[in-house]
Amino acid sequence: MAAITSISKEKIWSYLEEVSDPEIPVLNVVEMGIVREVHVSKNGINVVITPTYSGCPAMNAIEKDIALKLKAKGLENVAIITDFKEAWTTDWMTDGAKFKLKEYGIAPPEKTERDSDFLTNLKGSQKIVPCPYCDSLNTELQSEFGSTACKSQHYCNDCKQPFEHFKCI
Amino acid sequence: MSTFDTIPQTRQEALVEILLRLADDRLILGHRLSEWAGHGPELEEDLALANIALDMIGHASALYEYAAKLDNKPDEDFFAYFRDDIDFKNIALTELPKGDFAFTITRQFLFSLFSYFLYKELIEIVEEEQFNGMLQKHFKEIKYHLRYSREWVLRLGDGTNESKSRIQNAFNELWMYTGEMFELDKAFEAAIEHNLYSDVTKWRPEWRSFVNSTLTEATLTLPDYEQYMFTGARSGRHTEHLGHLLAQMQFLRRSYPDAEWK
Repeated sequence: MAAITSISKEKIWSYLEEVSDPEIPVLNVVEMGIVREVHVSKNGINVVITPTYSGCPAMNAIEKDIALKLKAKGLENVAIITDFKEAWTTDWMTDGAKFKLKEYGIAPPEKTERDSDFLTNLKGSQKIVPCPYCDSLNTELQSEFGSTACKSQHYCNDCKQPFEHFKCI
Repeated sequence: MSTFDTIPQTRQEALVEILLRLADDRLILGHRLSEWAGHGPELEEDLALANIALDMIGHASALYEYAAKLDNKPDEDFFAYFRDDIDFKNIALTELPKGDFAFTITRQFLFSLFSYFLYKELIEIVEEEQFNGMLQKHFKEIKYHLRYSREWVLRLGDGTNESKSRIQNAFNELWMYTGEMFELDKAFEAAIEHNLYSDVTKWRPEWRSFVNSTLTEATLTLPDYEQYMFTGARSGRHTEHLGHLLAQMQFLRRSYPDAEWK
């Protein structure tokens, strides 16, 4: 059993990178931007996480997976704290994560825009999501909501492939 | 625990009251949306409504959890499962039976648009870090709910004779439940003083005009009555529908209070 104070934060971050997102298993919880902070003190380890979507049913599983992973690494006194002070945004996903998403067949989120004129823009045209398979721009939105809260459904008119898009929030 | 005309004395009390009011609206409407699971007109809409339900119940859960900490209650489930209809502060709009798809869409549109204006202002004024962070997160999701429901108002209104008459009926029927969104009682007034709530009457005309322009675009007509508006649910005088909803939502947890998922 490693004494808690002897373990470095970096080591814990690297352990956390081994915890994958239960719904998008190619991504880990660090590159998703779910883990916000790690604190080590003589009383134990605090891992601060923030939920992606409010109703995301994977959050409980993620919390459990983090606890199990650190336990498996021989660490005790681990507390997982959910923090809301900064709302999760897809901008926190690393470029590596976005690349992996595309390889996995999910169109990655673009950079979020400040839409102060949201109501006016509602009446404008839909944005175009490039197909993750053939990069065509000839795609159409099929539904704002997909198999999970974080994805919308699209169809590529060129390669005739339905695909999902990780919505940018 | 009766809540008729509560007047919060302190900032903390005002905050708990606001958290519960926001959460109750979202839990009850979220539950109504969840009733569509497996009954949507097509798979995409089934998924969409379930997703919105999940978001709204998620919003309620975070708000309740925060209220539980401030109010020394065991957890968020206490508020959802162990209060009676008289203690719920949701507006009647959220508790009405789900009706047909047009009714559900209309209600979602009216409520999401209201939430949009409300949250837009709250994120500017609320000082509590955790509460403000929650509101910002919820605001992002509200925009999706609004975009989705607005699209369907247009499609149903400017669709077939059948869809048009159904959604016009839904607006006519629901209009009298929109007055409650803009009512300010003593608790809201106290909250406004503490920068915990918005003076909703200020932007009511803006809300109405956006509803109107959407209806015009959808070739529908804004109901032209304001004379009779339903009132009372915020202070516990609900329609009969809430009791039935709670009976279904709460019975398992009340019958087996210590049950756990294994």
